[in-house]
Amino acid sequence: MIRTQLPALQVVIPLLAGPTCLLLHHSRLSWGLATSASWVALFISLALLDQVLATGPISYELGGWAAPWGIEYRIDEINAFVLLIISGISAITISFARTSIEHEVHSKHVYLVYTGWMLCLTGLLGIAITGDVFNVFVFLEISSLSSYLLISLSRDQRALTAAFRYLVMGTIGATFILIGIALLYMMTGTLNMSDLAARIPSVSDTRTVKIAFAFLTAGIGLKAAVFPMHFWLPNAYAYAPSAISALFAGTATKVAIYLLLRFFFTIYGVEFSFETMKLDRILLPMALAGIFVASTVAIFQTDIKRMLGYSSIAQIGYIVLGVSLVSVTGVTAAILHLFNHALMKAALFVALGCVFFRVGSVTRDDLAGIGYTMPWTMGAFVLGGLSLVGIPLTVGFISKWYLIVAALEQQMWWLAGLVLISSLLALVYVWRVIEIAYFGTPGDRSTEIKEAPATLLIPTWILIIANIYFGIDTSLTVGVAERAAQALLGNAS
Amino acid sequence: MLSLLTVTALAVARLDQLFAAVMLFGIYSLLSAALFVVMDAVDVAFTEAAVGAGISIILMLGALALTSREQRPVPRSRHWIALVVVVVTGAGLIYGTLDIPLYADPNAPAHLHVAPRYLQQSMQEIGIPNVVTSVLASYRGYDTLGETVVIFTAAVGVIGRLGVATEGRIEPKTGGLEHYLILRITAKFMLPLILVFALYVQFHGDFGPGGGFQAGVIFASAFILYGLVFGMENVTAVAPPVVVRSLAAIGVLIYAGVGVVSLLMGSNFLDYNILGHEPTHGQHLGIFLVEFGVGVTVAASMISLFYAYASYQREK
Repeated sequence: MIRTQLPALQVVIPLLAGPTCLLLHHSRLSWGLATSASWVALFISLALLDQVLATGPISYELGGWAAPWGIEYRIDEINAFVLLIISGISAITISFARTSIEHEVHSKHVYLVYTGWMLCLTGLLGIAITGDVFNVFVFLEISSLSSYLLISLSRDQRALTAAFRYLVMGTIGATFILIGIALLYMMTGTLNMSDLAARIPSVSDTRTVKIAFAFLTAGIGLKAAVFPMHFWLPNAYAYAPSAISALFAGTATKVAIYLLLRFFFTIYGVEFSFETMKLDRILLPMALAGIFVASTVAIFQTDIKRMLGYSSIAQIGYIVLGVSLVSVTGVTAAILHLFNHALMKAALFVALGCVFFRVGSVTRDDLAGIGYTMPWTMGAFVLGGLSLVGIPLTVGFISKWYLIVAALEQQMWWLAGLVLISSLLALVYVWRVIEIAYFGTPGDRSTEIKEAPATLLIPTWILIIANIYFGIDTSLTVGVAERAAQALLGNAS
Repeated sequence: MLSLLTVTALAVARLDQLFAAVMLFGIYSLLSAALFVVMDAVDVAFTEAAVGAGISIILMLGALALTSREQRPVPRSRHWIALVVVVVTGAGLIYGTLDIPLYADPNAPAHLHVAPRYLQQSMQEIGIPNVVTSVLASYRGYDTLGETVVIFTAAVGVIGRLGVATEGRIEPKTGGLEHYLILRITAKFMLPLILVFALYVQFHGDFGPGGGFQAGVIFASAFILYGLVFGMENVTAVAPPVVVRSLAAIGVLIYAGVGVVSLLMGSNFLDYNILGHEPTHGQHLGIFLVEFGVGVTVAASMISLFYAYASYQREK
């Protein structure tokens, strides 16, 4: 019985944990509950992925009402994979969070962090798992509202403005998405994704359906921080508590990208998105501009968290680039990079969390000589950084490899070259951190700085080891990504 | 009425006086509510009237009390960016609406696909006359659970930001309005009526317009009125902030709990059929309980928001 109920439990367990954390009103107890809920969610998503790979897509009727009258959960290769990314990153970063959050958030607010964390997890998982577009919007609201809260709970006062800016941009994005959904409902009379996919072709030449497409693309693009709609991201990541930055970097934008894939490929279909609307011609330049501009800006950042924020925008560029190639290899690269980027960015933010815990700052100058006082932490940062650049034996290499192969498949030599050149930019900004950490002159306080405690180091190294493991053994990630890409593109052809 | 709506919206955009803008927002909401009634969407109208014209105005005034009544001037250059975005969006919307089915067209897709089953079979499948409640609480009950969580999240957000005095008394800056005899007597007269009306809306949602959302808001407004007129001290004695905040969480747990029970009884999440001896009986019970959960969360969240605004003044 439990096996058939797993889709509901995936979302309902964190949903129940959220309000319960509030009722507990106790920092450690709330953390304990939230952490267990997060790990349970991870095991459920593993079980779901296993089930999907073995027996094909799963459909679950909420309330026992058949779609399209009721709401359907529909899990296939791609969203099973996304569920795994979200719950995996959440489980590891929340294990890291206890020590870090107690340090970075006022003690009376700690239980609220875990309430918010659970709500955010509920929202993200809910978006990824559902087969109903209005249900997407509802869970998008849950995840957005809770992320504004999580960012603003930081002790750093600048987090308030960052959260407010994110709130304004996020609300505009959500409104656009809602307008898009409403227009689609007006034309088709349904909210169910597969039902929409079946009914859109008959009305696809109406202006309403086209403008709905534009609203959805812009709205979700804002949420995903696709260049040039990224302005909210760097500050939000820079001033949020470290564990929260790690969580968001690994999950929030990934879910938005997943939504884009869903709308482009499953709901509207390849023919409409890329032949009628010529979306690839807009996405490709946007992706390239994002990669180069954001990477260049990242080089000049003094706050390392901000630097990673800009780097995230560039990495989202790579994902969009993969999508814009509209080939199985390209989409495989995009889906792979969803997973791989989540791993490396979460690892890097978590490592910075360790630095912040001891140093109290992550600006470049304060990191001088830290490679010797915190060898394990900086060792982790260096490995994570190399993964970001795309050195062989790390996950970063795998993503770039597939992206380049996809570009070469279409005889786009110049594009493969650009991807390689952009990696050099990443090397530059990562090197600037390594340089100051190992070759900089230590400041006066450097003798007081000790290595981070084990409660922080263990989760950090789990992420780093995952970065290397999945860089060597790619059977799981590439296998799933390839099947997901085939499923997405197969619908149309 | 649409033109009145446009005029109000333009006026709000032009005004620098935030206090007046908030008042105009109230008018805007009331106008939209009237428009919804004309369109026969009474449930939506009711919600708009209770939320848009009622509670959100109070909350916005609360926010104004904490900040300022006037808008700070914005540099001219930013006007242009905003204008471009607005014009592009507006043009897009108009372009998009050129092809939509005509208003009240019986052949519009929205009326032909899923709606007929809701209208024709909900009586046998669920057994309550108000189709809106059937769709909201049962067919798409999971969305409503999500919305309840959204409201809870919003309340948690404000509590987290402004903080609520967890113990001790909340004292308003100016003191209550208890010295005004007329206000006091009118308020005393109104309070029981508001509370009874809220309960009526809560439990009559199956038959007429209404339900947990509207009832929760109306219920909360009684407490807010009490707090405004008789002072925060009295209202927190009746409803201590900690209790109210916990109730917001408990409401969500009631709703989700119904789902868990149906899951434990061997059916799908939120499948009410299994709760009773026969399907419609189970549906009745399920809808009653989830609407109750919604009402509790909404009322408690709104009261928490009010407390948060009121208590923040003291900390400053």
